[in-house]
Amino acid sequence: MKEIVIISGKGGTGKTSVASALASLAGKKAIVADCDVDASNLHLIMHPKITSREEFYSGTLAEIDEKACIACGLCQNVCRFNAVEYSNNLYAIDELNCEGCGYCSKVCPSGAITMKPQKSGDVFHGDTEIADGMVYAKLGIGAENSGKLVAKVKKDAMLMAEKKGRNIILVDGSPGIGCPVVSSLSGASYVVIVTEPSVSGFHDLTRVIELIQKFRLSAGCIINKRDLNEEISQKIKDYLIGEGVQHLADLPYHNSFSKAIKEGVPVTTLEVKEINDALCTVWSKINNQ
Amino acid sequence: MFKIAIASGKGGTGKTTLSVNLAAMLSDSESVRLCDMDVEEPDSGLFLNVDQKEKTVIQRFTPQWDEDKCTLCGKCQENCNFNAVIRLADQIMIFPELCHSCYACSELCPKNALPMIPSPMGVISSSRHEQLRFTEARLNVGVEQAVPLITQTHQYLNNLNEKAKFVIIDSPPGTSCPMIHTIKEADFVILVTEPTPFGLHDLQLAVETVRQLGIPMGVVINRGDDNNTLITDFCTANSIDVMAIIKNDRSVAAHYAAGDLVYKHVSTFRESVETIAGRIQNLLQ
Repeated sequence: MKEIVIISGKGGTGKTSVASALASLAGKKAIVADCDVDASNLHLIMHPKITSREEFYSGTLAEIDEKACIACGLCQNVCRFNAVEYSNNLYAIDELNCEGCGYCSKVCPSGAITMKPQKSGDVFHGDTEIADGMVYAKLGIGAENSGKLVAKVKKDAMLMAEKKGRNIILVDGSPGIGCPVVSSLSGASYVVIVTEPSVSGFHDLTRVIELIQKFRLSAGCIINKRDLNEEISQKIKDYLIGEGVQHLADLPYHNSFSKAIKEGVPVTTLEVKEINDALCTVWSKINNQ
Repeated sequence: MFKIAIASGKGGTGKTTLSVNLAAMLSDSESVRLCDMDVEEPDSGLFLNVDQKEKTVIQRFTPQWDEDKCTLCGKCQENCNFNAVIRLADQIMIFPELCHSCYACSELCPKNALPMIPSPMGVISSSRHEQLRFTEARLNVGVEQAVPLITQTHQYLNNLNEKAKFVIIDSPPGTSCPMIHTIKEADFVILVTEPTPFGLHDLQLAVETVRQLGIPMGVVINRGDDNNTLITDFCTANSIDVMAIIKNDRSVAAHYAAGDLVYKHVSTFRESVETIAGRIQNLLQ
């Protein structure tokens, strides 16, 4: 199984545009997984026909039974997350702050605290005309544990690929370098980084490459909006050589990217030669890995 | 101290551009601190000429196994809800990346065999750019949990002797824990979006999140074009104020890419940011 993970560090560099374009090039050979569970957008291009939906529970939240509580305050003393509130002689849990560690429930002398399983989101499985199938998720509003939801989306995409006899999984990752990104990267065969030639795009690229190197993953980089700043584009290319990261292709600053998003289609559908040639190059380089 | 969080569901909509330019412009007439809490990818400082930095290394505490005291009773594993402490036949194994620093394993260990040891998680630094005060929180690469650093950054801001009238917070993208813990202490949230289906989809999630926290908010449409009804209709239907529409302009992108303060170069952009600055000053009156 080949798992290709698309990330960027900085948001808005074109991860989802690239992911949907690669999906259109891979066609029926691939299963697509949207692991940007905080702000999933890929389904707005892939238009999956949902075949199943699953609630995903992960982690727990403390709950205090008012009747059993003797108001000793031990829970508040041990909580490191400021999640136990006290007012009118009552203790209560601030769910936004609760980490679900369960320390309070273990020290409560009257057994008044139970740990309730928490729904972290919904996972959707569907068929799509662009690839052979798609898995994505919606994180519940205010829910935590997005790293675990990412792992669930990837696992389901893997099962779908096995069931359908496909051997490519395209993963649209999330911005940043924290737990959802680390979770997206786990088990990756190849990482595609989408960057842009801006001071911030370059800065975030260096952090994401440092992360990839910690996991010893092989990676390639696409410079999107190359002509926005030719000087920084060149610096990025030099930097990639130094870090041993393959330069996959450049994409131009072009209104067809936002046009494709507005029309809800992969950018390849608009048949801009320069863009499609570059993306085909990317796809063949990835396949030669 | 009036905290304004600049956030968005979708990444790359222009949070940092707006934060930096708004803060710099506002600092001509008001006392302002810009705080970059996008700890995974802090970029605001790239647009400022900051003077000497004052740095604080921020620690987090994780357990360390004391082999001599341990009787391998296994209570630590039982008490850890995150699978960060595992008892093997002859040792206790600790996975610091899974640890949430709740102290349960350590404080409930009957033999005190798991003392909590500090390790660096990130750096908070403060500096000045002309009149503008600037604070940045930066997570170390390889540390997965952003929230503990964000929480400590709020404490750092609250404990500063020199408090600015306005604190503008460049927030992490998304709608999960890092974003929530950044904006929950804010007095007002500005959500930056763009007039595309992606922008709308993620704005809806962000609006729901801010609503749940009960914080007043406004929307700024970035890269606006002739038709922004996708966003303005949604905002009207939900009684959310559209504070300004920043026009789509390649020269804004080019100045941003080069690391410039865009308002000093592009007049239409400057006018939009002035409108937002005026609205913010009105919030306090």
